[in-house]
Amino acid sequence: MPLTESHFQELRKIVGNENVLTAREDIIPYEFDGTAALKHRAEVVILPANTQEVSACVKFAAAHKIPVVTRGSGTGLSGGSVPSEGCLVLCLTRMDKIISVDAANLTLRAQCGVITANVDAAANTHGLFYPPDPGSMKISTIGGNVAENSGGLRGLKYGVTRDYVMGLEVVMPDGQIARLGNACVKDVAGYSMKDLFIGSEGTLGIITEVLLKLLPKPAARRTMLASYDRMEDAANTVSAIIAARIIPCTLEFLDRTTIGCVEDYAKIGLPRDCEALLLMETDGHPSAVEDEAAKMLEIARAHRARDVRVASNDAEALKLASARRSAFSALARVRPTTILEDVTVPRDQLATMVGFIAQVAKKHNLLVGTFGHMGDGNLHPTFLTDERNADEMHRVHLALEEIVDKTLELGGTITGEHGIGLAKKQWLKRQLGEASHGLMRRIKHSLDPHNLLNPGKIFD
Amino acid sequence: MRGSLKELDYSILQQCMRCGMCLPACPTYDATKRERHSPRGRISLMRSVADGELKITGEFVAEMSYCLGCLACQTACPAGVDYSNLLETARSDIQTHGPRATLVARFWRAVTIRGLFMRPRLLRFAGRCLGLYQQLGLQTAFRKLHLTKLLPPHLKKLEPQAPTMARRFSHQLIAAVESPLQGKRHRVALLTGCVQDLAFSAINRDTADVLLANGCEVYTPPIQPCCGSLHAHNGEAEAARTLARRMIDLFPPSEFDAIISNAGGCGNHLRHYGQLLAQDPTYITRAKLWDTKLRDIHEWLIQIGCRAPRPGVAALTVTYHDSCHLTHGQKVTSQPRELLRLIPGIKLVELPEANWCCGSAGIYNVTQPEQSELLLNRKIDHILRTGAEVLATSNPGCHLQIARGLQAAGSNIQMLQPVTLLARAYKSEQSAGR
Ligand SMILES: Cc1cc2nc3c(=O)[nH]c(=O)nc-3n(C[C@H](O)[C@H](O)[C@H](O)COP(=O)(O)OP(=O)(O)OC[C@H]3O[C@@H](n4cnc5c(N)ncnc54)[C@H](O)[C@@H]3O)c2cc1C
Ligand code: SF4
Ligand code: SF4
Repeated sequence: MPLTESHFQELRKIVGNENVLTAREDIIPYEFDGTAALKHRAEVVILPANTQEVSACVKFAAAHKIPVVTRGSGTGLSGGSVPSEGCLVLCLTRMDKIISVDAANLTLRAQCGVITANVDAAANTHGLFYPPDPGSMKISTIGGNVAENSGGLRGLKYGVTRDYVMGLEVVMPDGQIARLGNACVKDVAGYSMKDLFIGSEGTLGIITEVLLKLLPKPAARRTMLASYDRMEDAANTVSAIIAARIIPCTLEFLDRTTIGCVEDYAKIGLPRDCEALLLMETDGHPSAVEDEAAKMLEIARAHRARDVRVASNDAEALKLASARRSAFSALARVRPTTILEDVTVPRDQLATMVGFIAQVAKKHNLLVGTFGHMGDGNLHPTFLTDERNADEMHRVHLALEEIVDKTLELGGTITGEHGIGLAKKQWLKRQLGEASHGLMRRIKHSLDPHNLLNPGKIFD
Repeated sequence: MRGSLKELDYSILQQCMRCGMCLPACPTYDATKRERHSPRGRISLMRSVADGELKITGEFVAEMSYCLGCLACQTACPAGVDYSNLLETARSDIQTHGPRATLVARFWRAVTIRGLFMRPRLLRFAGRCLGLYQQLGLQTAFRKLHLTKLLPPHLKKLEPQAPTMARRFSHQLIAAVESPLQGKRHRVALLTGCVQDLAFSAINRDTADVLLANGCEVYTPPIQPCCGSLHAHNGEAEAARTLARRMIDLFPPSEFDAIISNAGGCGNHLRHYGQLLAQDPTYITRAKLWDTKLRDIHEWLIQIGCRAPRPGVAALTVTYHDSCHLTHGQKVTSQPRELLRLIPGIKLVELPEANWCCGSAGIYNVTQPEQSELLLNRKIDHILRTGAEVLATSNPGCHLQIARGLQAAGSNIQMLQPVTLLARAYKSEQSAGR
């Protein structure tokens, strides 16, 4: 049922005229998120200012059975905030206030639309930090991070978004406002409901406020970059480091194709003929960091690292880290369409998986650069393609199928941090199995019986 | 090239992967948090036009005009999207296929962009008249009598912002060829610009002086065409091409080691003649060579190892504002700062948000006065808080805009360009030497 002017009038009463967008020029820019080749037009885009307005909009939508798609900054990589058929989009970027920083209890309370980097900046002014640092943190919203349970470059040591969420305020599918969790370090009062909403991709409720845990900033950090002739050697270095009881904050890798693209773009002086680069960082107490860094260097050399560059100061550290940080930019420039995948395997299978992806790319005559979080077993095979080339896109799909099969065979998951959304729902049941997939559906159905929140995402 | 969005090489539109990394860099998105006011949103509208899903509507036109063209999105974009090309194509498309502008608007467009700025002599003549108007106190009289009300709306808005005309233009200050006293190492051409020539001819003189002090023979023909950037930014692609050809004829690129521009906005346009004349078989080779020879003055000086002036000037705290097209367009960011640091006695303090647009943006302060004013105030706030005595920048548009803002704020911070500070330092060494 298409929405009519009278619907819009009702919505204008809730959020004010200028915050209800209906003109084509206003809503075309909300047709997509960061996922390649997906788009759909919403009926209306609404920009609420606070929880009450969100609740009122959801009540209105529930009364008229209008689907609601929640959107943060639209940087998602699985199509989560791409509009569903006949929906209204609730875009929460105006809800961007940091409510409080509690330096004594190490917590921060913020509205859902606060930009992730601003959370960290606010923590910084108190000598604290917010560890999850997704590559998109300069623009992603904290609500989007919670809804996707986003990770970052420091996941190995510091975990992912879930590990920092202490409490949530959520607008339920019927418009009621629920507060879940609290500021206590320990809390076993009933089910851990907040955990249900973390990673729920806007399908169970709308997160309007978050209470986050912060950490004291580590005093020291050491950065090094090692190059290898075989991916296995890099992977073995990682396993050996962890076996030596060292948990570095960052263990990131680039494969040969990615190294070549980074060198073309950033000209850092990377060896083009090596098979793997490993960026290693350890942080913490200065003497512990020194000690760990020395051991990591030794382990890398023992695993046939061709060369290890150790940063002697912050500027050099930044330069080494830029090899990894510019990976995505460097790849994205090569062809018009960039498809970023997110498969994850147990850490000890990572080298096998990287090798397999390279083989599949060759077989289907595709350009694929792989980089990612080696310490987490999380890979980002990045397909460099052109969406207008139907034949090439077909080959991409074939390759993806094979990669998914292999991932599951190795005991992995189809997504480590980008979520299911629209892009990966076809494989979800294959990974979960009937029982577990059915359980998820039942939870969705009991919370949202009319399937109004983000319909078509995660499940068909 | 620069025809319509539909004819544009589609991969330029497609290159935007909609990642959103440009959003935090965009001043108009920052102001409204509306996706259509973001680079990603604008590109999606352009793509809809190219795909035939959207016509060139009034709202589309309004959106393209709300964009500052500051190109901060280009610096932020990981995928290397050529936003400058997209925006110029969209604006050119609007000129040819958009809704007809009003008769008055078209008349003034014809007079200014297609008239004055195509004819250097006429432009100088107009500048001379404006100068007389200002110098003879007519401006004050005119305003007191409220006669400015009789001006067409466009000019009425522009009138108080019209730059004060220099008493002597560049050709009266710089000889056609000037050689360094000793040690000629390079032969360069100096582009004097339009606004720069009329309002800031002294800066052109300073540029020549600094070049001479660094072993460059400077070639400055007295009559120079406009570079065409004004035309390209406003959708007049054909006029921009004509002007580019005239420039190449006047300055055969093979004859110079470098062709020097000292205005950020012009420079950014000037280094893309190859793209502009891509379809022109007679000019394309020379246009490409031209692009490789074009240098911003700061870039060139650092490249040839600018000589540090000897101590002599008084201590001075200076802060630097990046003009958008110099930093985002030409990626010349460190060089002006390096030049300032070369001058003994100058203490450079960083300006917060130094590369955030000041709202001048070509004729943006006339077409979008409100947004322009917000940006100007934000800039002035930052400048005042640095405690600097001098604000250095190197683009006539920014210079005029910020000077206006500082004046309105009652500040006595001086506005100077890095080349002026450098030229003064070289001069003071001569007088000290004597
Ligand atoms: C360049 C780039 C780098 C990236 N790097 C990483 C990375 O390192 N790690 C990582 O994990 N991800 C990464 N991502 C993916 C993406 O940025 C994250 O998923 C991010 O959390 C999305 O935030 P957003 O505000 O853009 O949300 P959106 O894309 O707008 O929404 C994402 C999903 O969350 C839902 N949602 C949004 N806000 C709310 C809310 N308040 N309540 C309920 N549901 C909501 C939406 O419905 C949608 O399903 C990257 C993306 C890009 C483009
Ligand atoms: S040119 Fe400036 S105003 Fe226009 S989209 Fe880019 S950043 Fe925004
Ligand atoms: S940063 Fe570049 S690729 Fe990303 S949305 Fe902006 S213009 Fe598009």
